[in-house]
Amino acid sequence: MFHAKRLVLAHFWLAFVAFFVALLLGAWQMLVRSPLMSWVGNPEHYYRSVTAHGTVMGYVLPTLVAMGFGYAICELALKQRLIGLKWAWAALILLAVGAVMAMVPVAMGRASVLFTFYPPMIGNVFYYLGVVLVVVGSWIWVALMHVNLRAWKRANPGKPIPLAMFANVAGAYLWAWTAVGAALEILFQILPVALGLKSTIDAGLARVLFSWTLHAIVYFWLIPAYIAYYTLVPRAIGGRLYSDSMARISFVMFLVFAMPIGIHHLFADPQVGAGFKFVHSVFTAMVSVPTLLTVFTICASVEIAGRLRGGKGLFGWLKALPWSNPMMLVLALSFVMLGFGGAGGLINMSYQLNSTIHNTQWVTGHFHLIFGGAIVIMYFAIAYELWPQLTGRTPGSAKLIRTQLWLWFIGMIILTFPWHYVGLLGAPRRMAYYDYSNPAIAPEAIWVTASAIGGFVLVISGALFVYILAKTQFGSASSEEEAPAPFTFATCAYPVEHVPVALNSFRLWVTLMIALTVVNYSVPIVQLLRLPQTSVPAVYVGAPR
Amino acid sequence: MKEERVFSFSNRWFVFSAGGTFLVAALAILVGFVWLPSEHSDFTANGLWGAICSAAGAPSSWYKGGDIVTDAPPSKVIVLPPLSEPRVDAVSSGRGATLATQRCSMCHGVQSPAGITAPALAGQFADSIYKELRDFHGGARENAIMQPIIANLSDQDMHDVAEYYSSQPRVEPTPAADAQDDGARMLAMQGAPMRNIAPCAACHGVLDRKGAAPWIGGQAASYLATQMRSFADGSRHNDIDEQMRNVARQLRPEEIDSLAKYYAAQQ
Repeated sequence: MFHAKRLVLAHFWLAFVAFFVALLLGAWQMLVRSPLMSWVGNPEHYYRSVTAHGTVMGYVLPTLVAMGFGYAICELALKQRLIGLKWAWAALILLAVGAVMAMVPVAMGRASVLFTFYPPMIGNVFYYLGVVLVVVGSWIWVALMHVNLRAWKRANPGKPIPLAMFANVAGAYLWAWTAVGAALEILFQILPVALGLKSTIDAGLARVLFSWTLHAIVYFWLIPAYIAYYTLVPRAIGGRLYSDSMARISFVMFLVFAMPIGIHHLFADPQVGAGFKFVHSVFTAMVSVPTLLTVFTICASVEIAGRLRGGKGLFGWLKALPWSNPMMLVLALSFVMLGFGGAGGLINMSYQLNSTIHNTQWVTGHFHLIFGGAIVIMYFAIAYELWPQLTGRTPGSAKLIRTQLWLWFIGMIILTFPWHYVGLLGAPRRMAYYDYSNPAIAPEAIWVTASAIGGFVLVISGALFVYILAKTQFGSASSEEEAPAPFTFATCAYPVEHVPVALNSFRLWVTLMIALTVVNYSVPIVQLLRLPQTSVPAVYVGAPR
Repeated sequence: MKEERVFSFSNRWFVFSAGGTFLVAALAILVGFVWLPSEHSDFTANGLWGAICSAAGAPSSWYKGGDIVTDAPPSKVIVLPPLSEPRVDAVSSGRGATLATQRCSMCHGVQSPAGITAPALAGQFADSIYKELRDFHGGARENAIMQPIIANLSDQDMHDVAEYYSSQPRVEPTPAADAQDDGARMLAMQGAPMRNIAPCAACHGVLDRKGAAPWIGGQAASYLATQMRSFADGSRHNDIDEQMRNVARQLRPEEIDSLAKYYAAQQ
């Protein structure tokens, strides 16, 4: 690392402190909805908390982690000083100001619209302006990633872009394009109403525009985790990356297919035609391909590690793996959650099966398992891996780290499995209150109680995570502590000397991404724009009543 | 070394990725817009192009009759949803003040009610006052005093009175010793789902406010209790779709009294 250390640390600390506060809110929400407590009394308090939890976990945490990790990759993988350090600090300040600006009206109960906005509900204008600042800050990061890669390419003509940077920039381009949908919704639909210039809003169009952002944003959250799978884990466990090309193909497939599939969130929406719902369903199926490729490649890379450590036979290499190494553990836990979450996701995305779980707690369970589980646990791993480079200190106890990771895994399973089940029983999501004395709902009581306990296990794990990071950075150094080794990314089983131009640039993939978006979104959007009388009166949240 | 071109048919990465994406898209579109719609008569009624348009979400009508429907004319009363920040019309409010001193204030007071049988109107929502006046005027709500006294008010007069009273500050509630009743608070804030009783606060303010539902905090307990009993026995029946009657019928007499006391003590 050259001179971005303080920058990256600032991103991570802001991300993880906000994360911990939002984690407490999440656990509180689980508790007040469960039979363990009499209900919250005023459901507005519940939705206020859900909005804060979702906004921090959905926008602030992953954006900051992706940005901080991106800056670190710029210096570590490209081995050059980060260009635009001042801009990067400005972006972080924009993000911090935006987060505070959004959270104040939420805390005051003036913007309990949930992080997905849900027009015709309209909150205080500062909530939306805060979100806009967060997005603008992240776009500065996108530009910086582009500029840094271009500078490197000029200095190293014809050389393969390091995989970590290639994936990082793919994530940046994906984010830049996918944020456009929500940006259009906020700028042209929500802000005029929130400012009082209009009193009606086309909620159907707003939902279509938000779906543009809503699904691909998940892949933006996921890219850092996948970068860790490909470039950190194989090195940390003493293996080799099985295939560099396969990794690149996975990332460019995310770029192409992650974006034009959001209408699978709108299967129950009457304003979208059945034909487009089917087409989006097909492309959602396509986006499972890069994940399956990743699972294959990473398992093969891990097998290399097992065999290098002397493992023999069909399954013998599994035993030879360094299971006490936190990176080995985190990969296994993450893959288990990815597997279950992915299987549930296939049900969500299929046009027919979706109707059995649409808008139920199943969906909440699904995205907590995938994002909160498989991805966030890799954010922890990224922090543990980078901390020695950033602070010059190594985390002391591998056992404590393993405990933290296990607790997160166990908590997440206890939280989400019952959620899936009560979803199948028909429990709707986004409810502040369930009447468990109702015989139709009573069978869900025990499972909701269990998932609330899972929520508290997660709080313990989250606290332990922040403690480990703080102790490593600020605690007194012990005498036998070694200086951290220089940082390296995973090497490939076969040296990467030449990469096809198509896999060493983004022209083709960005073109395909934009073309597919036009094919899949232009007709629904244009048609809703042309339909008369589609606007409904805005519902002002927190207005004097 | 000359860099190979990406967008060229001699580059197999381009051919396979762009061609593959195109094939998947074309196939998905054929299935989604032609084959699947052809299986359902709702889509095929207007031929192939009609089916494609339906699958694309273009609205179409199955109704083939004329536009003129003979039926009772719809109501002309338009109650807009409450504004986020109500704007007071000074001229209207001024006219309303004159009307109110002439006809209303002897019973409803200005800053406080003159008696306890008539509700306090200061700070009441304009749309709620207007609706009640219209209902007295049209006979949907019956009262021996109210009906003759407003018989010759015009529609604009009613708007003006409503505007005036809504711009006045609310009355301070009278503190009562037995108003802190948890049962009443639960009913007001949570209702009783098993008995089909919606929370009062879901329409009358605090949790949410629905058009034409009045603010009931600070009214005399005896007035509130009388109104709930009249809803329960059906002698008051100007609530839209029986919303209040359905709730009031489910309330036990002691619940009516405790709710009346609870709201009498609210600001």
